Amino acid sequence: MADDKDVLRDVWFGRIPTCFTLYQDEVTEREAEPFYLLLPRVSYLTLVTDKVKKHFLKVMKAEDVEEIWFEYEGTPLKWHYPIGLLFDLHASNTSLPWSITVHFKNFPERDLLHCPCNSVIEAHFMSSIKEADALKHKSQVINDMQKKDHKQLWMGLQNDKFDQFWAINRKLMEYPTEEGGFRYIPFRIYLTMSDRPFIQKLFRPISPDGHTHTLGDLLKEVYPVAIASDDEAKRYQVVIHGIEPLLETPLQWLSEHLSHPDNFLHISVIPAPSD
Amino acid sequence: MPVSLLWAVDVYGRVFSLSTGGQQWEHCCDAVLEFKRLTAVQQCCWGIACDHHIYLNVHASDVPIRYQEEAYENQRWNPVDNFSDRLLPSDRWQWSDITGLEHKPLDGFLLPSTNWEWEGDWYIDENFGGEPTEKGGWTYAIDFPATYTIDKKWNSCVRRRRWIRYRRYKATDTWAKIPSEGQSGPLPDPFNDISCGGWEISEEPRGRLSLWAVSLQGKVWFRGGIHHHTPEGMSWEEVSLPGEVVQISCGPGDLVWAVLWEGQLIVREGITRDCPQGSSWVVVDSPNPEVGTIHVAVGVSVVWAVTKDNKVWFRRGINSHNPCGSGWIGMVGEMVMISVGLNDQVWAISREDRAVYFRQGVTSTELSGKAWKAVSVPRDGDIRPNSSTSTSSLHSAGCFFSGEVRAQSVMSEDSDTEADPQRAVHEVGASVSSPPSVHLSNDPEAPKPRIPKVTSDSFISEMLSDRETKRDGAAATSIPEEEVTPGDAEAKSPPPALVLSPSQSGGPGDPQWSTVDLEEAQTHLAVGPAAGRGDSSDTCSLSSVVTCMLGLEGLYGPDDHPLWAWVSGGGCAVDCHTQLNWFNSVTALTSSIQAMSLSVSPAQTAAWRKQIFEQLNERSKREIDNFKHYEQAIEQSVWVKKGTMQWWRDWKPHKWVDVRFALEQFSGPEGHKDGIVFLYYNFNEEKKYLHAFINEVTILVPVLNDSKHTFAIYTAERTKQRWPIKLAAATEMEMHDWLALLSVSCCDSRGIQGPPSKQAIWSITCKGDIFVSEPWPSLEACPYPTPCDQMFWRQVGGHLRLVECNSVGVVWGLGYDHTAWVYTGGYGGGFFQGLASSTDNIFTQTDVKSVYIYENQRWNPVTGYTSRGLPTDRYMWSDATGLHECTKASTKPPSPHWTWVTEWAVDYGVSGGTDREGWQYAADFPTSYHGYKTLKDFVRRRRWARKCKLTTTGPWQEVPPIPLSDVTILPCGDQSVVEQIPLWAISNKGDVLCRLGVTLLTPAGTSWLHVGTDQPFKSISIGGASQVWAIARDGSAFYRGSVSTQNPAGDCWYHIPSPARQKLKQVSVGRTSVYTVDENGNLWYRQGLTPSYPQGSSWEHISNNVRKVSVGPLDQVWIIADKVQGSHSLSCGTVCHRLGVQPMEPKGQAWDYGIGGGWDHITVRGNNIEAPRVRMPSLTDALRPPSTLAARPLPAGNTENGNAVQC
Repeated sequence: MADDKDVLRDVWFGRIPTCFTLYQDEVTEREAEPFYLLLPRVSYLTLVTDKVKKHFLKVMKAEDVEEIWFEYEGTPLKWHYPIGLLFDLHASNTSLPWSITVHFKNFPERDLLHCPCNSVIEAHFMSSIKEADALKHKSQVINDMQKKDHKQLWMGLQNDKFDQFWAINRKLMEYPTEEGGFRYIPFRIYLTMSDRPFIQKLFRPISPDGHTHTLGDLLKEVYPVAIASDDEAKRYQVVIHGIEPLLETPLQWLSEHLSHPDNFLHISVIPAPSD
Repeated sequence: MPVSLLWAVDVYGRVFSLSTGGQQWEHCCDAVLEFKRLTAVQQCCWGIACDHHIYLNVHASDVPIRYQEEAYENQRWNPVDNFSDRLLPSDRWQWSDITGLEHKPLDGFLLPSTNWEWEGDWYIDENFGGEPTEKGGWTYAIDFPATYTIDKKWNSCVRRRRWIRYRRYKATDTWAKIPSEGQSGPLPDPFNDISCGGWEISEEPRGRLSLWAVSLQGKVWFRGGIHHHTPEGMSWEEVSLPGEVVQISCGPGDLVWAVLWEGQLIVREGITRDCPQGSSWVVVDSPNPEVGTIHVAVGVSVVWAVTKDNKVWFRRGINSHNPCGSGWIGMVGEMVMISVGLNDQVWAISREDRAVYFRQGVTSTELSGKAWKAVSVPRDGDIRPNSSTSTSSLHSAGCFFSGEVRAQSVMSEDSDTEADPQRAVHEVGASVSSPPSVHLSNDPEAPKPRIPKVTSDSFISEMLSDRETKRDGAAATSIPEEEVTPGDAEAKSPPPALVLSPSQSGGPGDPQWSTVDLEEAQTHLAVGPAAGRGDSSDTCSLSSVVTCMLGLEGLYGPDDHPLWAWVSGGGCAVDCHTQLNWFNSVTALTSSIQAMSLSVSPAQTAAWRKQIFEQLNERSKREIDNFKHYEQAIEQSVWVKKGTMQWWRDWKPHKWVDVRFALEQFSGPEGHKDGIVFLYYNFNEEKKYLHAFINEVTILVPVLNDSKHTFAIYTAERTKQRWPIKLAAATEMEMHDWLALLSVSCCDSRGIQGPPSKQAIWSITCKGDIFVSEPWPSLEACPYPTPCDQMFWRQVGGHLRLVECNSVGVVWGLGYDHTAWVYTGGYGGGFFQGLASSTDNIFTQTDVKSVYIYENQRWNPVTGYTSRGLPTDRYMWSDATGLHECTKASTKPPSPHWTWVTEWAVDYGVSGGTDREGWQYAADFPTSYHGYKTLKDFVRRRRWARKCKLTTTGPWQEVPPIPLSDVTILPCGDQSVVEQIPLWAISNKGDVLCRLGVTLLTPAGTSWLHVGTDQPFKSISIGGASQVWAIARDGSAFYRGSVSTQNPAGDCWYHIPSPARQKLKQVSVGRTSVYTVDENGNLWYRQGLTPSYPQGSSWEHISNNVRKVSVGPLDQVWIIADKVQGSHSLSCGTVCHRLGVQPMEPKGQAWDYGIGGGWDHITVRGNNIEAPRVRMPSLTDALRPPSTLAARPLPAGNTENGNAVQC
């Protein structure tokens, strides 16, 4: 019987095979070969695409290069969402590798945040962790940590060091046994067809009468449309890390095991494939 | 913590017990009488019934209470008759006790009471001091009384032999009447109150209790002679009093308080080991002079009282020196009575609702606790007809899961066949009563057709309700009255729904309805009228159980609770950390189901979890497996962790020096992670370093002592030298961080993760730390095995003294406090947290051990014995050797993990015996001591003991309730599939036990089968072909005959003579080999074993300096050896492996030395990996795990570079 610890490993080492192609209108000196890469699901696009950038810059003139950005089938990809989330949200149920178009011009100011350097990603990542801990432990755990622990979390993610990251992160996943879970579950629910970026509410892992809340309970409360009633066909898929957990999965367990390194449970609700 | 019971009596006199692991009051069905009061301890419960007689309920145990009666048959030789029973007139009786002074004819032995039975007839004991005698069991001497020998000599004029017979206490789990006999006839008046305790006063004789009782006239009686072998005690003795007593309370220790008629309290003083009934009373005033006290309850060091206005009071300042305390503190709450249990926990019955309350937050530092919390669990007597559906299915669910199989009652069949119109109505009524609101007695006129609802949930319960009504169908008529007036004339029988109809007479009030099990229900259903729907039963059964349980919620409002009259927590082992399921019945039920099975917890097998594992697997197949040739986005880099530590430097003078310490981790070839540890130090102003490759580290050993947080790093080379890298971290936390990190790193580099394999070799250090090693096939290869100093050991959480395993993965351990633990299949625990530990299967583990110091005195002519010794003498307070000073104040627990749990107390259980004050005498230090003073004795000493406790976590779960001193599991062969795995054990009292129900899925088994012996045992081992060998405490060996799968306990013991002049200590049996170790450290091999003569013929000496032996399923021999020479130092407690053991040469040739010293135990009984027979180099290399080092040449001086160590 596999252990729960294996889930953490599987989540961390999740990879998406990706094919980067340069946008056709970009001006190049010679033809740009596509670039193939295994992207870590839990990382951020701009953090792991140095090689991509280097690859395409070789065929471009420096003056034609502005800030890099990525797009999939017309949708600009937000770098501040974890890669796995972007994939689940926009490209699940499509054939692999994931085909991403690389742009160096016409930065879509309305859709994307600028990402001039890695410290911006770090700031975003750390603020997510802090927000998550505010929900989980009233920020007590993260505030008790030293600066170097914070750094270790970030370095763990940046260098894909599972042990280094989890050596610290496990403290963020602890809770008093008598309470049976976190104060609130840090989660975000993303919908493809909504204008809202995501849904986020206060939700406890345990009901007032002591029952364990499940993924189904959360959806019922927050986005009941996602749950198909018995008589109708499934309209939506609820995807976390590329898998569809059963609705009776306890939310606390999900939060401990299927959260992204930013300590949030990123849940994509996408239309079920019609076939 | 083992399950224990809280006892209570309700106002109708019905006795109930509530288990610490349970969630409902169980009616004590055997109580045919109503009871007034109870006083419970862990092993039994005493009560006063409505007839004012005292009854005793001894809890049944897997080990029966048996008592050995003995008599000696004496004979004298004369020329005419040879040896005959014609003795000289000056001689002893023909039949006598051991001294010969008392006449003991065999037919003069009578059972002490009707509660006892003989186990068998008299037989001759053929064992004489560990040696077998000739047939007939005679021992010879020149004359009475003299030294007896086995051999008949020319001058042997007398002989004697010992006859033994066992009697057994049979009245367990039933209320046995205790005769009200005083020393001079029957007691004058009946009893009114009773209190039991005092077991902490003395451990000898075992199970000793004090029982205090109050008569109606206010007299106090003390019952003496209660201990394990005489649970009923001997007789009542009156205790003189300053007034008339109404109530008395006796704590576990020496605290006894009583309430006088006038409302004051009296405290017994002078209670000691030698005088458990005490000497005098001291009067203490009532908390409120206006309002007298009506009730008192005492614990080890607490006294609680209740005054006539129901106010609760707590006595301040109670301790062993001041049993009277210093003052009263008023507490919140109004109670009618209070009971103090183990660990000074408190229960009470409130005045207002007569519910049982538990005092929360009582700890050793806060004895008065924090708040009262009502115990709110249903009673199994709470069943009403209208709710029988849900409730009964609840019970059936319980029975189903607990695997309790009880025979279906014949009585129900009887009532089934009875054609009773009333019954039919009832049956129909019940069948439509799925919604509990439909009250049976309310609509008896509605004989609706029996069309059960077919929604899956209600289905099984519907069928159950059908059964229900059939079962107690005949009783249906009486139920409505019962419901209205519970506890009137009919209340003598168990609770309302339990009333048995006349047709069921003769039944001992056994609640048949509570033993309905689902399986039965389903078969019933298949053949019943509803057979057409039988197919759906399987799928719905579980869901219905769950529904019913949740449905229970509404059934027990607080109003339904009957009134309680008395509660006794004296046997209830809880403390402030215990998780009790008594306060919220719903969550309690679900959790209990999770806790029921050890190895298969529903959480583990839950569909959602399986789904996640499966989908993650699919995901990696889909997204990664086909794209492995893609480049990784992030390049792997080196990760370094640094710190400062102290290092016990390698060269003389050895001392702690500050060093910088770093671990560099990187991805090695083949994706395995690897690393190097560096240790930077200064030598002669020069910067040097020492390093070790992580993949060459063989073990990391925590060496906690009270001053430094030390751990040792071994490599194969360092193991040879008996000189590890010893490091000390600044704090315990830092040490644990490093140990966990290094350990994960070592495991990663060797590709080891998850729980140990079934073949793993387990070992334990003298600190109780548990290590496990994955064996390589080449370990037992011949002629070139892998040296065992290259074995990699990793730590497993927990604390044990001994561990035993077998090759199918059943692992048991024993703690220092003799608690038995079963391995749960997890890994990690202890300081391994987060990733290095499994999430499930890790539980809290505690262990208790005693620390001993010695008080030494010398006699001088003026003052007698004093603590002033000669200048040359040892310390007056010392350790056992006398070399180190150990005072009460300065002696600390062995490591920071241990905390004191008792005070220092004189230890009377020292070998050699002691006098009444615990002293042992000798002519001078250091010599052998004896327990009595002679003229030649000038020094004396006594041992003081103090218990300390350790709490940790590990993949272990307790197997209550019997403490064990040894355990052995059949080392199943490679392919053999054994349904029931034979497991034998020795209890800490020396009883031989055979565990039933041990399987792969239930490694803890179900119950013990007691195997009778004539003397206590200490070691046992079961080997191939179910050969069971055991060692008795007197050092003799025994072979158990006819043990087989069909007859798991065998039939009789064969006494095997020990090696000449040696007392054996331990035995281990492999496939065919039998090895023993004696008390002088010799290792013996049993010669001449054949299938037809499995006892063998003689002992052959193999080796000395052996502490323990473990023989594996392939007859491989491993030992713990003492005095192993390394290049740096000598070590004691070293793991050694016998080389050259082959089928034709089971004794092997030489020893190979592995990890040590400081090792205490090893078991290789799981390792059934056959070594490759023919050693082709290519073959063996292929067999090794790729990451092991065995294939590489031994790294020379890997730890000694940096050129400084040579100095």
